[in-house]
Amino acid sequence: MRRPPSQPSISASRKAKEPLRYLNRSTFPFAATVLVFVLIYVAASLHYTGFSRPQVFLNLLADNAFVGVAAVGLTFVILTGGIDLSVGSAVGCGSIVIATLVEKQHVHPYVAILLVLAMGATVGSGMGALIRYFDLPPFLVTLAGLFLYRGIGLLVSMESVSIMHPLFARLSMAGVPLGDAGSLQLTAIVFLLVVAVGIYLSRHTTFGRVTYAIGGSEQSALLMGLPVGTTKTGVYALSGFCSALASVVYAVYTSSGNANAGTGLELDAIAAVVVGGTLLSGGTGYVAGTLVGVLIFGVIQTAITFQGTLSSWWTKIAAGTLLLLFILLQRAMHRRAR
Amino acid sequence: MRGIRRAFPGVLALDGVDFTLRAGEVHALMGENGAGKSTLVKVLTGVHPRDGGEVRLNGSLIHPASPQDAQALGISTVYQEVNLIPGLSAAENIMLGRLPRRWGRIDWGAVNRRAELAMGRLGLDLDVTQPVGSCSIAIQQMTAIARALDVQAKALILDEPTSSLDAQEAQNLFSVIRKLRDDGLGIVFITHFLGQVYDIADRITVLRNGKLVGEYETASLPRLELVARMMGRDPDEVAALESARPADAAKTEERKPFLSVRGLGRRGSIRPFDLEVAQGEVVGLAGLLGSGRTEAARLLFGADRAETGSVTAGDRSGVPGSCRQAIAWGLGFCPEDRKAEGIVPDLSVRENIALALQARRGVLRRLSRKQQTEIADRYIRELSIVTPDAETPIRSLSGGNQQKALLARWLAADPRLLILDEPTRGIDVGAKFEVAKAIEELRAAGMAILFVSSELEEVVRSCGRVAVLRDREKIGELAGPDVSAQGIMATIAGSQPKGSTEAEVRL
Repeated sequence: MRRPPSQPSISASRKAKEPLRYLNRSTFPFAATVLVFVLIYVAASLHYTGFSRPQVFLNLLADNAFVGVAAVGLTFVILTGGIDLSVGSAVGCGSIVIATLVEKQHVHPYVAILLVLAMGATVGSGMGALIRYFDLPPFLVTLAGLFLYRGIGLLVSMESVSIMHPLFARLSMAGVPLGDAGSLQLTAIVFLLVVAVGIYLSRHTTFGRVTYAIGGSEQSALLMGLPVGTTKTGVYALSGFCSALASVVYAVYTSSGNANAGTGLELDAIAAVVVGGTLLSGGTGYVAGTLVGVLIFGVIQTAITFQGTLSSWWTKIAAGTLLLLFILLQRAMHRRAR
Repeated sequence: MRGIRRAFPGVLALDGVDFTLRAGEVHALMGENGAGKSTLVKVLTGVHPRDGGEVRLNGSLIHPASPQDAQALGISTVYQEVNLIPGLSAAENIMLGRLPRRWGRIDWGAVNRRAELAMGRLGLDLDVTQPVGSCSIAIQQMTAIARALDVQAKALILDEPTSSLDAQEAQNLFSVIRKLRDDGLGIVFITHFLGQVYDIADRITVLRNGKLVGEYETASLPRLELVARMMGRDPDEVAALESARPADAAKTEERKPFLSVRGLGRRGSIRPFDLEVAQGEVVGLAGLLGSGRTEAARLLFGADRAETGSVTAGDRSGVPGSCRQAIAWGLGFCPEDRKAEGIVPDLSVRENIALALQARRGVLRRLSRKQQTEIADRYIRELSIVTPDAETPIRSLSGGNQQKALLARWLAADPRLLILDEPTRGIDVGAKFEVAKAIEELRAAGMAILFVSSELEEVVRSCGRVAVLRDREKIGELAGPDVSAQGIMATIAGSQPKGSTEAEVRL
């Protein structure tokens, strides 16, 4: 670490309230994310007729709900400096388990959903416990989780299973009508609720603040006497729960279960979290940033659909380019801060 | 604390140490590196379990099992490396773990108010919502102390609280400490600065090699005797070392300059400066913290790229573009922060020493294991590096010995110019003398040395010529008889006097 220039006296440093005061090292990436989203959205609205209709925006929320729900849980893990690679296959496994329970075993959908949520939280806290007690690298533990979920899902059923239960049909049609604007679908509501709970947890609870502290400096957090161990287990349990909830959202959204669903979703979620301004090394970031990050990738995809002639794989190219730009930006900020 | 024992694999870090802290006193804990000061503190605060002995607080036995436990008992600690979360606000760093809540959610207004109050107790008025990582080290230090005090502490342990503060900041801290002492707190103060001990401590406990040497009233223990007790040496011998100054260090005339620097500079780092170093000469770079000393050294070594100017080293000249190039020119650089930029903690002592030489030879001419072992053994012997053997991971060595191993790394590469950035920072008295001796021997053997240090006494002792920096600019150069602590301080004070700049004697 290099030393900052010495200050004339310790008492003379009350900062003046300059207008850009709130644009510091941790808020700047978030501001950049919001700006990028607005730019893309406005540009696409001007370019494609019909893009600016409110329903397009509402669909943006609904279509990306399952990625978003998983990404919110993942944000907490990444804030501690960890990683959870199992979220994608948890979506696949969860959706096929729900579909099989409902269609083949004739379990009531609500019971099936509760079972899957409990499964997600349990597996998540199990992985968290391994990471906590045996000090194993999160990357490897959750990689094992990725294979386990995928394997179990395929063992349950290799084929995609459609859910015919009338409740699912009702759930997938449910929504809050917003007058002329269209309607906000249930999946979108779940997504926004999860974001809201995530923001509350991260800002207003000890659990959330300790999450940041661990990512900032785990050693310091330990010496400060903070509950580092339980919080670590907690973030993986939360992420496990969120990915299970994402699988429910997926099952409702597609009215089916598919063991191969969510392949690579963990990587999309990581990209959304990072573009949302959370440092992969932990300590800084916002849950709200993850929401915007998910929306950025969503709006790119929608714009490419509106274009019509471009292959949908351009989404990936745009995503890759954007991700690269954002990590370069973060690095530049970091350099300047030094 | 009575008869405390604590063993680490292979070492008995504490062997039957007694320590008594009374309410309302400042008690200095002194000893060389590896004497067991930090271990004693960590046992007291529950970071390490103890293997024997007992700890009593107000007469009753206590068994703190974690820093949380110790805190609950009223024992608060500010560790040597400031332990804060850089991304969080100062207020949160003070209150985290005890965040006041209202209706289940954190009451941020109350957090900030209480933090401001805690800072106010220390005489600080600042914006506590700023991320602590963007504050100066001094403020970070105060934040850590405010955190320690906010838990209704009865005993406060300060491990090297002044190592990154300048003289004025340290004085501010001392007035805070005195105030706390008068409020009835017991304060344990660990430091390498002898002058500060005599400024502030009422009582001194000296440890050596994990054993108790004794407990003394500060007033009845002369400085020289304290040093002697810490080193386990004869006071007269110490006096001789103290006054030793290379007789011919001042004779720097008609030597051929090896390194000459013309207008080397980089925006935001240091303004263009000139510098010459001759073979067989030790040139000092002196200045306050943040005056650009390290920056100058990094430019020279190509660790940062210079924007203007050029460097001539021997028969090569140009702008050093990378460290590899600088090494090829015959430059060596012992960085300031040995943990972050110097040692590779998990490699063995041998591998760490062989690193620079291997880099200089390139990948194709690999050093054989036998050659490496020979080199490592030679320097372990010559610099008396205390290690079980050359294969021990370097992280298990004490700070002073790590520093010596780093020095050995560059000596093995046989540079013609060696840049030493704070080579004695945070190492003990004995090791400092050995480093100083090594520098003098290298100089006598014809090496050019650039010595960067904030310890004026050391600069004066080792250097024949001193370049003085202030505010990222070279403002003067002293040579021969002008090289003295007063001379350097007068130059720094120069046109912009900084109040009472008193000499800090740091051994």
